[in-house]
Amino acid sequence: MKHQITTWVNGERYDIEVQSHHTLLQVLRNQLVFTGTKNGCSEGECGACTVLLDNAPVNSCLTLAVEADGHRITTVEGLAHDDQLDPIQQAFIDLGGTQCGFCTPGFLIAARALLDRNPHPTEEEIRVGLVGNLCRCTGYTRIIAAVQEAARKKRSRRDN
Amino acid sequence: MKKKTTIVGKDFPRVESRAKVTGAAQYVDDIQFGPNLLHARLLRSPIPHGLIKRLDTSKAAALPGVRVVVTGKDYPGLTGLYLSDRPIFAVDRVRFVGEPVVGVAAETEEIAEQALDLIEVEYEPLPGVFDPEYGAGPDAPLIHPDLANYAVAPFVFPQAGSNVSNHFKVRKGNMDEGWAQADLIYEHTYRVPHVQHVPLETHVDVAQMDGNGKITLWASSQSPFAQRNLIAKALGISHGMLRVITPYVGGGFGAKAGVSVEGACVALAMKAKGRPVKLCMSRKEEFYTTFVRQGLIAKIKMGMTNEGRITAMQNTYYWDGGAYTEYGVNITRAAGYSSTGPYNVPNVHADSLCVYTNHPIGGAMRGFGMPEIHWAIEQHIDRMAQQLQLDPVQVRLTNCLRGGDVTVTGMVMHPTGLAECIQKAADAIGWGKPSRPSAPHKRRGKGIAAMWKAPAMPPNPGSSATIRMNEDGTCSVGIGGVDMGQGTLTIAAQLAAEGLGVPIEWVRVNTVDTDYSPYEWQTVASRLTWSMGNAILNAAREAKQQILEAVADAWNEKPDDMDIIEGKVVSYATEREMSLKNIAVYGIQKPDGTWVGGPVVGKGKFMPTYVTPLDKETGQGPRAVVHFTTGAQAVEVEVDTETGEVQVLRIVAAFDVGHAINPDMVRTQMEGGAVQGMSTAMLEQIILKEGKPLNPTFTDYRIATAVDAPPDIETIIVEVPQDDGPFGARGIGEHAMVPTAPAIANAVRAAVGVEIDSMPITSEKVWLAMQSSDRASGSKAVVSPL
Repeated sequence: MKHQITTWVNGERYDIEVQSHHTLLQVLRNQLVFTGTKNGCSEGECGACTVLLDNAPVNSCLTLAVEADGHRITTVEGLAHDDQLDPIQQAFIDLGGTQCGFCTPGFLIAARALLDRNPHPTEEEIRVGLVGNLCRCTGYTRIIAAVQEAARKKRSRRDN
Repeated sequence: MKKKTTIVGKDFPRVESRAKVTGAAQYVDDIQFGPNLLHARLLRSPIPHGLIKRLDTSKAAALPGVRVVVTGKDYPGLTGLYLSDRPIFAVDRVRFVGEPVVGVAAETEEIAEQALDLIEVEYEPLPGVFDPEYGAGPDAPLIHPDLANYAVAPFVFPQAGSNVSNHFKVRKGNMDEGWAQADLIYEHTYRVPHVQHVPLETHVDVAQMDGNGKITLWASSQSPFAQRNLIAKALGISHGMLRVITPYVGGGFGAKAGVSVEGACVALAMKAKGRPVKLCMSRKEEFYTTFVRQGLIAKIKMGMTNEGRITAMQNTYYWDGGAYTEYGVNITRAAGYSSTGPYNVPNVHADSLCVYTNHPIGGAMRGFGMPEIHWAIEQHIDRMAQQLQLDPVQVRLTNCLRGGDVTVTGMVMHPTGLAECIQKAADAIGWGKPSRPSAPHKRRGKGIAAMWKAPAMPPNPGSSATIRMNEDGTCSVGIGGVDMGQGTLTIAAQLAAEGLGVPIEWVRVNTVDTDYSPYEWQTVASRLTWSMGNAILNAAREAKQQILEAVADAWNEKPDDMDIIEGKVVSYATEREMSLKNIAVYGIQKPDGTWVGGPVVGKGKFMPTYVTPLDKETGQGPRAVVHFTTGAQAVEVEVDTETGEVQVLRIVAAFDVGHAINPDMVRTQMEGGAVQGMSTAMLEQIILKEGKPLNPTFTDYRIATAVDAPPDIETIIVEVPQDDGPFGARGIGEHAMVPTAPAIANAVRAAVGVEIDSMPITSEKVWLAMQSSDRASGSKAVVSPL
């Protein structure tokens, strides 16, 4: 069965028809071709498919596409504005937070959500905040450092 | 005299990182093939061992939307990197749970899935082999009755009429003398379970055959060229008619080396009438149907003097190679020629056997046999040190290999910083200085382990590289090596820029397309920085020579008086200079108005030519391998005596990388490896019951999360240059996880006195061992292998 939905992805409106059984991940990747969002397990265990539904991080593999009707979705493609990277993206580059890069989009979204609700997280809060995202390459060290750096950057920008 | 470098040795961020943080980096599953794309699924064996008595695919083929159905009868050719023992789809017999039996390609994933349900297969179950030690014996049922007829590499020794696919032997020195010199002889058995690589991106392939019969395979792969070679042979295709394209790869760790499911995708595409076919592994399939790290039973017998000198070792390694041996035979060989660990042992008797079992296929996994054997050796040394009341660090320093020592296979060891790594890791962890636990019921302990590892590969794996100059002076570097996260693209860019004399921003490194990229054997064994790096430097030298000769001709000077610095040709003789921007493609105009030079294309290759065969009966020979990377890790743990829970507080990693091309990226390898090593040590095991995997999900097979990772990882780079490496570099990637598990086991032992013989070191095992230790009132507690 098909449903007509209206959703805003990275600020742009989409009026689309989706299958009732298709997940948000399937629609993002296959229908709208936002392939930055990755599929690591299809079961909500690895976090690679994390996107923002309004302001909340969700596993898009466990979210039905129809649930996005009337809501705003942010994917990794929506983090940068024009050529200006989000501070969390820049910190991942500067501190080596990405290796193979497959988990990176999910981590960036989860980290963005974490910093939005807690701009000054402790190291422990960062670890707990990212526990739903798996990385096999980095050992998490640089990812945690990048989130700390992004928090500092944002703070200093505000101080200016 | 070593030339001062400006780009090599510096910390550049990854050249591709902007693409990776913006979602722009394309992986195989991101490439768009349009509505013509077919979706493939594989019907897999539900039983570990049996004969296929009847196979009927007619109902599946008749399902609307099903376009292709293939079975082993369609493509009976065998594949295998070192021993050709594996059909793409099972023929007459299945040998492990998950073995592909039928492939289906359909208009949608759902239809392909439905078609599998319509396939009828009748199996006649056969008795299985689920233990390698039993499997190696005379009573075990034969899994490959045709073993004698398989094509095999000359350094692999299958034992026809048995389940042994390779037997590597070391017979060195005089064992009787070795035992006689020892004050203590200790013998023990250790076990390592099957684990999974867990790349975040599962295996995914798309294959398409065009009207001329040319096939293109887009593969998430560490081995585009090896896959082209093996698939072409198995399917009877000319190498030039198979093209493998590998874009960004979402992690490999060895899982994507060699051929696993790629052959099935190509086989389906060959019958798909020109339509592209996608085959993507589910996470469940990834856990046990592609490759796993094979299990090990290690029997170690060691002699040691009261002063801590190792006098003899008798080691037997039974490798649970699984149903087929893509990599197992060479892991077995590597474990044989490294069988003593990084120590100078005069008397050695070692047997390393790869045994067919009805378990998942053993592939290469980060470190390739070394994490497994070091789990045994490095614990064994500590246990003996304790019995002799010796310091484990001192025992390692007494025995560790130094330049000029003779290795287990009779090779003279090159200069190595192993002793420095051991000492620095020990110092950094505060060896010998107790630290206070965080609660009264907790105990702290420190442990150390050393390691060595050679690039485990055939004697002659080749690398090649090209450097093509563009109109604006930038250059495109062609390599056949894959960046799966370890940093190949960045290292290649640094080496090319340094070799050519241009800023790194002027260098673009291409991902692999076998039609256009130069040959690379495989991205395995931590060999790219070293081998591919040499090829890139050779290509840069050639490109530079072409440029300098043209400019010298135009300026009426000698090339030897000139150089390229920061993208400019400079003459030391006349102090003239000129940007590459004007000359790299169009050439340069001479005073008489004619032109010299033209499009600059530098090419380079590298292949080691000095590795010698080893004697089949003794394992001895002048040079078993190109070189060894060595290192050590020290850890501190805290153990909760009420629950058995172990927390790794700190890991110090020290490795001799020869020369760090990009020190920060070396550190990221050491950090990531330490956590992967910790994860396998503490959490990971594929639970197999009669060949059936019981936990193929992230819920039941946990890998370390951000919460599990240790709060503190310190990395120490040691640099004793490698004579055949680019700027003295050696590989560092796999090595980073080799000593972690035994270092943690040794720390747990130091903390609470329990001995854990089998990975993983679970709270349950530690707690149970502590209970039996209490009951035995102070005597040593041992947990038996599972």
